[in-house]
Amino acid sequence: MSTKTIAGVNVDLTEEGYLTDPSQWTKEIAKEIAKEEGIELTDKHFEVIEYVRNKVTAGEGLTIRGIGKSGVVDAKTFYQLFPGAPLKKATKISGVPKPVSCI
Amino acid sequence: MDTKDKKQPLKKILLICSKANLEDVYAALVMANGAVMEGIETKVFFTFFGLDAITKKQMNKLHTATVGNPGMRMPGGLAFPTLLGALPGVEAGVTVMMKKEMDKLDMPPVDEFLELIEAGGGEIYACKLAADMFKLKKEDFHETVKAIITVGELYEMCDGDGTQIVFT
Repeated sequence: MSTKTIAGVNVDLTEEGYLTDPSQWTKEIAKEIAKEEGIELTDKHFEVIEYVRNKVTAGEGLTIRGIGKSGVVDAKTFYQLFPGAPLKKATKISGVPKPVSCI
Repeated sequence: MDTKDKKQPLKKILLICSKANLEDVYAALVMANGAVMEGIETKVFFTFFGLDAITKKQMNKLHTATVGNPGMRMPGGLAFPTLLGALPGVEAGVTVMMKKEMDKLDMPPVDEFLELIEAGGGEIYACKLAADMFKLKKEDFHETVKAIITVGELYEMCDGDGTQIVFT
């Protein structure tokens, strides 16, 4: 674990760059992390981020299938919004732990 | 040159599914979907009985074998007698149970799983030789099937560093 200043806030990060405490997260932090991942955040991204954060706060698991059925975004758009590894990137940007889901 | 210690990430994976058992098909689908999720270029090639998994009429009716399956156990862990597995309705019942457990883990039905893989940029192919053998045409296959291809065409897709072929 390490501490880093992102968007003016001191946050605790795992070795892979995930926030260890979701409550330290701000929208500005999200923008900074997204930039490192090569993503410019839009309103649509933030809708997904909100969904992801709500799910995780409620203690529920995240799957791409679940996100695709959430009504926020379909699976294809989700892949387009967070290209490459969408679930990993979306959680990292949302300031929640790395998902443990296999599907 | 010192390349020994350099980590080479997996860039492309080609999965081959040749069986129609529920668990064999799902092994291929889970591996494929997982690869897509990681941003790995993914192709799945269905051949022989594996074609059932992409044939519209069969894809959502796959079974798990209750005969000749040594991994099969009764709830609680007792051995599952082969003769019991041969009784009418037993295989269907076991399959229903399997599907229920899979649904709990958010594992989608076969058609939806293929759509999920396609949504992430994964590609689905049918084997030409097997399709000819089972007299199946493009229209018999699910919409996610990109093409019916030969083994040669399959190998042509396997170019590039960091490519792996997995036979499930």
